[in-house]
Formats: sequence, C-alpha cells, structure tokens
Amino acid sequence: MSEPLDLGPIDLIPPGEGRTFALGALRVAVFRTRGGEVYATQASCPHRAGPLADALMGGRSIVCPLHGFKFDLATGAAVGHACGNLAVYAVSVDGDRRIRLHIPAEPAKEAV
Amino acid sequence: MKDRRKLVVVGNGMAGARFAEELIARGGRDAWDIVMFGDEPYGNYNRILLSGVLAGTHDPRDTFLNPLRWYEDNGVTLHAGVGVRGIDRRARVLHAGNGIMERYDELVLATGSVPFVPPLERLRLGDGAFREGAFVFRTLDDTEAMIRYAARSKKAAILGGGLLGLEAARGLLALGLEVHVVHLMKHLMEVQLDPAAGRMLHGLLKNMGMHVHLGRATCGVIGEERVEGLLFADGLTLDCDMLVISAGIRPNAQLAVDAGLEVERGIVVGDDLRTSDDHVNAIGECAQHRGATYGLVAPLWEQARVLADRMSGRKTEARYEGSRVSTKLKVAGIELAVMGAREATSPDDEEVTYSEPARGVYKKLVVRDGKLAGAILLGDASSAPALLQAFDRDQALSDNRAELLFPLASGGTAASAADLPDDAQICNCNGVSKGTIVAAIRRGCRSLDVLCSATRAGTGCGSCKREVGVLLDAIAGDAVADDPSEHYYVPGVPLAKPELVRAIEERGLRSVSAVFRELAGGKDDAASKPGLASLLKTLWGKEYDDERDARFINDRVHANIQKDSTFSVIPRIYGGVTSPAQLRKIADVAERHQAKMVKITGGQRIDLLGIPKEHLPAVWRELGMPSGHAYAKAFRTCKTCVGTDFCRYGVGDSTGLGIAIERRFQGLESPAKLKLATAGCPRNCSEATTKDVGAIAIEGGRWEIYVGGGAGSRVRKGDVLCVVDSHDEVLRMMGRFMQYYRENAKYLERTYGFVERVGIDLLRRLLVDDAEGIAARLDADMQAAVDSYVDPWQEADAPKTSAQFAGALTPDVPEAVRDPSLVQLRLASGER
Repeated sequence: MSEPLDLGPIDLIPPGEGRTFALGALRVAVFRTRGGEVYATQASCPHRAGPLADALMGGRSIVCPLHGFKFDLATGAAVGHACGNLAVYAVSVDGDRRIRLHIPAEPAKEAV
Repeated sequence: MKDRRKLVVVGNGMAGARFAEELIARGGRDAWDIVMFGDEPYGNYNRILLSGVLAGTHDPRDTFLNPLRWYEDNGVTLHAGVGVRGIDRRARVLHAGNGIMERYDELVLATGSVPFVPPLERLRLGDGAFREGAFVFRTLDDTEAMIRYAARSKKAAILGGGLLGLEAARGLLALGLEVHVVHLMKHLMEVQLDPAAGRMLHGLLKNMGMHVHLGRATCGVIGEERVEGLLFADGLTLDCDMLVISAGIRPNAQLAVDAGLEVERGIVVGDDLRTSDDHVNAIGECAQHRGATYGLVAPLWEQARVLADRMSGRKTEARYEGSRVSTKLKVAGIELAVMGAREATSPDDEEVTYSEPARGVYKKLVVRDGKLAGAILLGDASSAPALLQAFDRDQALSDNRAELLFPLASGGTAASAADLPDDAQICNCNGVSKGTIVAAIRRGCRSLDVLCSATRAGTGCGSCKREVGVLLDAIAGDAVADDPSEHYYVPGVPLAKPELVRAIEERGLRSVSAVFRELAGGKDDAASKPGLASLLKTLWGKEYDDERDARFINDRVHANIQKDSTFSVIPRIYGGVTSPAQLRKIADVAERHQAKMVKITGGQRIDLLGIPKEHLPAVWRELGMPSGHAYAKAFRTCKTCVGTDFCRYGVGDSTGLGIAIERRFQGLESPAKLKLATAGCPRNCSEATTKDVGAIAIEGGRWEIYVGGGAGSRVRKGDVLCVVDSHDEVLRMMGRFMQYYRENAKYLERTYGFVERVGIDLLRRLLVDDAEGIAARLDADMQAAVDSYVDPWQEADAPKTSAQFAGALTPDVPEAVRDPSLVQLRLASGER
C-alpha cells in the first residue's frame, strides 16, 4: 500500500454530508457522519451516475439523490436493490484532523 | 449499557408478538431482556388468514408474520410450543412446560382467547377429547386437521353463524363439501349486523350454495365412532360427517385465575394495562378493560402500542382509554364494514338505509346528534374509509347523507387492480408490473411500505400506491399486517405527527439530530431527515437549529438537481409579470453560463437548465432576483391571468392579487409543494380550481377561495373554502388555511389528500366559522412564518457550509497520483 493521500482538513466536509474529491482522473466521494466516522466510495451511482456526495446520509448508509437507491458506506453494498455495489476506499482522519485516503496499489475491487 | 431487566410475555399471538415488535421499535431492547412463551411451535402468524388457508387460497406460509428467525435476529428468546403452567407472583417466577422456569421483573399476559364449546351430548369421548370428526377453528393445527378430514367428508355442519363460523363454512365449501350453517339466533352475525343485513347476507350465502338453519338449538351429536349428525332441541336431526364448532370465543384467563389475579370475564386491567398486580400486565383478547373485552385486531394493536410506549419509557404516562370498535373485512368473500351501533336506540337517532338485493348491497348509517353512531356496509364497502374516519374522530356529518353512502366515483379503477393480468404495468414511473408486486407479496412483503420499497412501485409520483394497496389486500388477505410505521410521520421515528409534535415541544428539540437522539434511540435515518427538517422549521421558525445535512440536496443548494447532476435555476417572477429589462438580464445570464436549455415553466416562470453546482452563486448574483423555490417542499408560485388591467372579461384584479400572494408567501415551508393561482373571472384561465389554493374573482368584487385542488399525478377540483370581499381577506384566509395545513398534514401529503382526509366541512368550521377559536393563533403563526422569510439565494455571498457549492474539491496530490494507473482504477471501480 502506498502513502495515504492528504485530502485536506476534515472540516472541509460538514458533519452528515459528503464531498466529491477529484484526484487526477479519479473522483472519490468522502463522507463524514455525525458520529465522526469517515467513509469513501466511488463518486457516482452505478444506476444512473447520480452524484453520491450529494446524498442524504443515515447511520452508515447513503441514499442517491437522483432515484433513491441506497448503499452501505462501509462495504459499498447495495441495500434493497440490485443496481450493483460501490467501490469503497480506506479513509481515515489523522492526528492533525486531516483526511487521509488510502489508494490501493491494485485496482479497487467491487465490494461484495 | 444499563442493567437490563427481564420482561416475559406469555402468548405469541396477534397481541403478544405485536407488543414485542412495538417495544423493540421504541428501543425497548436497551432496557429489557425479552422472553416470550407461545403455545404453538411456530413463530407468530396472522390468525385472520386461517380461513384463507382452509379455503386453499393461502399457503400456511403466507400467514406468518414473524418467522422463528425474527426472534433470533431481534434478540428475543422464544419458547415456542411451551405452555405456561403457573405464575408465582411473590417470587416473580413463571413455571412452564419442560421444567422451564423464568424469573421476571415485568410480566405481560397476552394469552388470547379459547373457543367456546357449548355442552353438547355425546360430543366428547370418555377422556374428554372430541369424537372423531368434530373440530374447533382457532389455530393453524386446527385448520390443517380440518383440511385433512374434509378430504374424506361430504357434508359438514358448522355450529355458529358468526364471523368465524361463516369463514369456516366458506372454506369447507371451497373444498367441495355440502355445508350447513346451524345458528341459534334469528339472523346471521347478530353481533355485527341488524336483521335486514343478516337477511341480505343469508341470501348471498344461499346463492353460493350454503345451507343456513336459523333459530336452531343444537343439543347433541349423533354417531358412535365418529360424528354422523346433529340432534336439535325440537327433535329434528341433520346428517353430517364433519362438525365445526365456532360458537364464539372466551378470554383465556385460566392462568390469571390460578395466579389469583382479578378476573371477571377477562383479566381486569386499568388504563395503564396493569392487572391487579403492578408487575403483571395484560393485553389482547384475554384482557378486560373498563368492562369491555375485544375480539378484533385493531384494539389489540392499540393496546400493544400503549403498553410499548409505557414499558420502553418513551411515554411512561401512556394510557389506553378504550377503542371505538370498527372493522372492515370480508365474510365469505363478501365485503363488510361495521362500526359502532347497529340500530337506533332512541327516537332521536336517525337511521339511513339503502338496500339493493339484486346486487347484494346493504348500507346503513345510525346518526346521533349529527354524528355517526354506527354503520353497516355489506356488499360494497367503498364508502368505508370516509365513514370510519368520521366515526373514529366523532366528526359532524354532511347534511346530505346520500354523499356518505355513495362516494364520488374516484378510485373506481383501483378497485379493479386485482383483476388485471400479471403483465399489466401498475407503477408507470418505475415500470413495475402486477406480477412483480404479487410475487413480492407472496415472498412476504406484508405492508405497503415494505412492498413499495421492495418493488419500487409507488416510489415515483406515488399515484399508484392505492392500486398497490388493493393488490396487497387482495393477495395478503383480509387483514394485511398493519405496519406501525405507516402511521408514523417519518419512518425512522416511531410516532404519529400529533405525538411527535408534542414530544418535540415538550423536550424543546430544535434540531433533526436532537430528534433522532431523543426519540429514535440515537439512530438517524436518511429517509426521515427532510420530513423532520420541514416539521421543525414549521414548529420553531427562527429558533430552528438548521442542520444542513438533514436537507435534500435541492434544499442545500437551493436549486433542482437534474439527471446529469447539473441544476435548474428558476428565479421568482412575481405573478408571472416580467419586463423587457428583466428578460434581457435573464437572457444574458443564460448565455454567459451556457444554460443548456431555457424554458418557460407551467408556473409562468423561466427555467435555466443545465447549470453546474459551482456556477449557482454567480448565476444568482448576476440575476439579482430572488429564488423561485421551484426545488423545495414549499410555496412555489402563484399563476395569474391578465385580470382587469387588459382582459375585457376580468371582474377582479387577479394579477395584483397574485403578486401580493407571492410576495407574502414566497418560500414558505410546507409538508409538500404549494402551487397557487388567481383567476380574474369564472372562465378560470389560470386553472385556479385545480391548484392547492386558488382564488377566482366573481362579479360584485368578491373572491371564491378554493382549497385542495390539483392537476398533477392526481386530478382533483378544489373545494370552496369561503367567499370574501377583498385582496386582504384573500391573503388572510389563504394564509390561515396554509398554516393549518402546515401543522396538520403528513409529510409529502398534498393539499388534495389533506382536504379529503380532513373534510371541507371541518375546515370551514375551523377556519371560517372559527368554531374552536384557533383562527387568530393560526393567523399570528403564519405572520411569524412570513416575517422569518429570508431569500436563500443570499447564500451566494454567505455560504452556510464548507464547500457548499463546490463541484469537486481538488486537493494537491503528488504528480504520481495523476498517472494513468489511476484511470485504470477508475474504470475498475465501475464509474463512468
């Protein structure tokens, strides 16, 4: 695993919301729950490419703003539908309250 | 975690299992270890569907509400098939079969009822068991035994012509038996029906091929080894090779009697549902409350809710105050709804009846003091929902009684959904066929919410929900599992709107996260957030703690998201009246930001489509116009016609009024969107009669105010709330109606649903006649809401959250990260 990327201070993302980050050609949606956990997934919905960072968040799941498809943030698993799962990335907040995204050397696999 | 105490529930039927569900939904597992005892070796099933099992229309699996796994998943210990032998109240210990002992802190008795078996000669063998061929009809095992025996029988006698007896009769008829119903009383179902309805039902059953014997006292069974006939008190006999006894039920209170609890007909409980022992509670058919015992499912569920409120600590003072008994069901396949009194009891009571023997339709109302004291609807229960509502709420009835018996033809198509072929498309938004929905019901989706989210039917515009409900009723049976969450204001907080409002006010909850924390066991739920945000804003106004994550994206960025993730921008154009300069400015902005489409909307405004999120602040700034709120559950627009300034027919200044309306109510949050219109004459060019709220000028300087109209996924003409004399009066009455709607409608309930549900008569009494003295308060609250309005597009210069309008954030990452391998990564992750 390579060095985690510094995406900036966690306060870039308001509690309970997500933001899209563009890393070269890759787009990642990073979420911050009200409980303080962070999650990262692919940026757009596998159904019709809805912007997942604009989703409503509840507990550990998000609901795509376009057609209401639901996904588990931790696993990327589709919840209650068969539209495919999300790729997820390891993400954390370091001691300086900065977002650290771990990009795997291998291409990310679809969560099962 | 706190120390959990032990709660033991005796009885795993309709009441006991429902109570456990309700308790768990209220976070009761935090305080209690839950242990349940059930006599039968199954999970919990819907007894009401047993007649369908008997008739062969339902698979026994279709009746299961909670399979055994449910108990495991929810951490409930279930002793299935274990009878409880006794209660040691002093030691608070329960003794059950198999030597099981269970200590309890609180005990709930939900032991239900047992069939009443009249003393018949030769019914029983020496050991007390029934002679072969005799049955009661109560459990799944009873039902399966009856089916097996029916296979080698030809002629069945059903003892008892009540609801259960007739259901058994229908089932056996469907199995091909000759069926005789023997009833002691002079007409069928005398508990629910008056003699005329009983006769009508009798005729319908006869046409189905049933034989009915009324006024017959049965005194004994004929037959040696097995049942071969019945002997009546008058000496006559009836040959039969199968006997089903369904002569009523009795509360099953033996356990309570043996434990020394106070028992009359049932186990006596107070309004807190405690028995004579403070640590023992009772609910369901076994309980007797204020002298009444209940055998219908709705009161049981009400009791379960109250007890769950109290035991969960959610509402320790919760009280059960008795139920007004009403039910809607099918008896032998015939629709029936009954409520309250069967007949007039005093000369002042008014009876309204309609009888149509050819179609087998009978309707009757008992009206007392202008309110509904009771009703019987046989053969056609289409007016039942409205009547049940009037009955439950003790509402004053329309003077035109015919309207109550014969509802307008709306919903006629929905009634036929059950007859459509499987490939018929029910949900026209998501393309869901009837076959898909039916399959989901058979797989176990037993409530409308679960069914809709599993199939996505009804999750678009929602207009097919009624038809989905019809299918659910038709397939899942006469009593669909009532999903408590259907009554909740939002799915994630287990409270209906009035209770939720009370809890929010009592505890001073000013933010959505506070509501989740205090009222939902700390679990936040995405689907519940926007509804709560809307409600809290309505309740608290300026004091509302506005957490932006509770908003849908449209309300976070004040624009309407489109399929390509861009946004639509609709500035407010008051009353649809614009100017060349304004048009020129809009054109410039559209050009500069390369709007992908510029469109005139149905609400007489201009829509700039295809604006990226990060452009929104600049677009608003350059427009210099306020938000049109075309994205929000709020007051949207007021469409106007030309009115008196130019139109040669206009009798009232509809443009001036429309502008005043928009200036006053712009952006006002409401449970669903509000679209208004004003028309300058009864030609109604602006279609004010099919708006949520509309005003139409009539000769003499007056305005008719319409409420509850709509021409979207449903079309409904509004009702006239009142007629007033001036623009100011229009503004006041419209505001009063909208405030009442804001406070009382369910989330996403449009005014057309709301007005139908509440009834225009009641609205007139409350809002026009001010019968309850709330008008001044409503006016003041509306004024406060109007005063607290701030144009959200001002956030262009003062964003409320970090990166509120950012498209994508671009952190400074090492060059290596931008290399092509990441492009591969992107492809592998399935993104477009």
